[in-house]
Amino acid sequence: MNPLTYEKATSSADALERHDGDAAKFLGAGTNLVDLMREGIATPTRLIDVTGLAQGIEEQSDGGLRIGAGVSNTAVADDTTIRAEYPALSRAILAGASAQIRNMATVGGNILQRTRCSYFYDVAGSRCNKRTPGEGCDAIGGFNRAHGILGVSDSCIATHPSDMSVALSLYDAVINVEGDQGTRSIPINDFYVLPGDTPDIENQLNPGELIVSVDLPAPSANRRATYRKVRDRASYAFALVSVAGSLIIEDGLVVDAGISLGGVAPKPWRATEAEAAIVGSPPIEETFRNAAQIALADATTQPGNVFKTELAQRVIVAVLQDLAGDAQ
Amino acid sequence: MTIEINNQPYDLPDDARISLLDFMRERLELFGSKKGCNQGACGACTVLVDGERILSCLALAAQYDGRSVTTIEGVANGDELHPLQALFVENEGMQCGYCTPGQIMSGIALKSELERGAPSNVSADLTVAPRMSRDEIKERLSGNLCRCGAHNGIIDAVAAYVGGEEQ
Repeated sequence: MNPLTYEKATSSADALERHDGDAAKFLGAGTNLVDLMREGIATPTRLIDVTGLAQGIEEQSDGGLRIGAGVSNTAVADDTTIRAEYPALSRAILAGASAQIRNMATVGGNILQRTRCSYFYDVAGSRCNKRTPGEGCDAIGGFNRAHGILGVSDSCIATHPSDMSVALSLYDAVINVEGDQGTRSIPINDFYVLPGDTPDIENQLNPGELIVSVDLPAPSANRRATYRKVRDRASYAFALVSVAGSLIIEDGLVVDAGISLGGVAPKPWRATEAEAAIVGSPPIEETFRNAAQIALADATTQPGNVFKTELAQRVIVAVLQDLAGDAQ
Repeated sequence: MTIEINNQPYDLPDDARISLLDFMRERLELFGSKKGCNQGACGACTVLVDGERILSCLALAAQYDGRSVTTIEGVANGDELHPLQALFVENEGMQCGYCTPGQIMSGIALKSELERGAPSNVSADLTVAPRMSRDEIKERLSGNLCRCGAHNGIIDAVAAYVGGEEQ
């Protein structure tokens, strides 16, 4: 790790003022950044600790919730309102990492964590366009069991590793950021950008901007939602495929459906066309199978991850059938 | 900049790159917390900070100014073992012992997490306090790897410590 200085910000304004250029980096709990610094992938010389800021989970006048960016993953998953009203968010967080890491990790840091593509981390031995633009991608043609099948490009097939963000995508969360130019709010489904030719650019944040909170819209009545994660072991592993799903069923027909996929794309993958295909139909297996095919219609696989297309379809169907069964 | 470790105050290191684990092991000669993977994958470095378990290998010591840390060296009462330490002995919850300090710190934290009703990935109903089961303990210990295969003894020890209904 290169030499660096450490300072603790006292407010978001103080943090922004201290951030004086590319050599500076905001520090959450460090559960990903410390690793990236040890590997020489992140090389800040000035760390500005923002973990003490934005600690609250507050109900909003519109019935929604505002979660501070500094709140720990554990505090979000344990929150009684979130467990009752946004269960897919609680479930997604509990499906990720370990209790020790969830106790440390912040909401803002979780959103901004980097891919766990092993070629991205292998500085000495592998080419990576995300780490060194223009260098090439050794995951393509390499060991790519964990890699993406939707929204990927010829430059990069890495996935976004967050479980939490997949649930935030399902709930149409909005990310509030502060910067030199003031504050702005970005829907999470617009926040991450696809790799294209520039996989080093992962989201809409400008240099020096700080995530301060995440807003969840007011919960919808009768909406059932959950999160299911499929991985190579039962716990403490990144997703091969995960699905955050939701249904509202009235008079035997689906009136609202939500599907967001994890483990298959460079961002939480909201399957809007598949959702639209469900609405107005009865909540039966045929409806869900049709939607699952639509969700994966544009999949582009590698030899190592060709199984993900079928697996993702099966998990979508299973999640929606569970939700439909719960509603009976 | 001071940190309390097992009720003793220490000055934090000037170099912000030093992890809490390296600070304890290399500077304070507290060798109980182990450096297994040093990248957050094994749990051998698990300690409590203000009662909550964290991974000290991923924690920059400088971030823990003013906090209170408990390590495996701080859980016994003199020569009297902590109840969970004694249960690990009784249930043969170790072979090589390398993961044991982290397992015990996790087990201690796990009990208080259950007592406050925190759900886990295997809890069936998020709206009620989780029902104690062997599956709950296994899930909650998944961040601590044991490569000897002492898992069943570890789970037996933690289950006895946590108490409650068994499946």
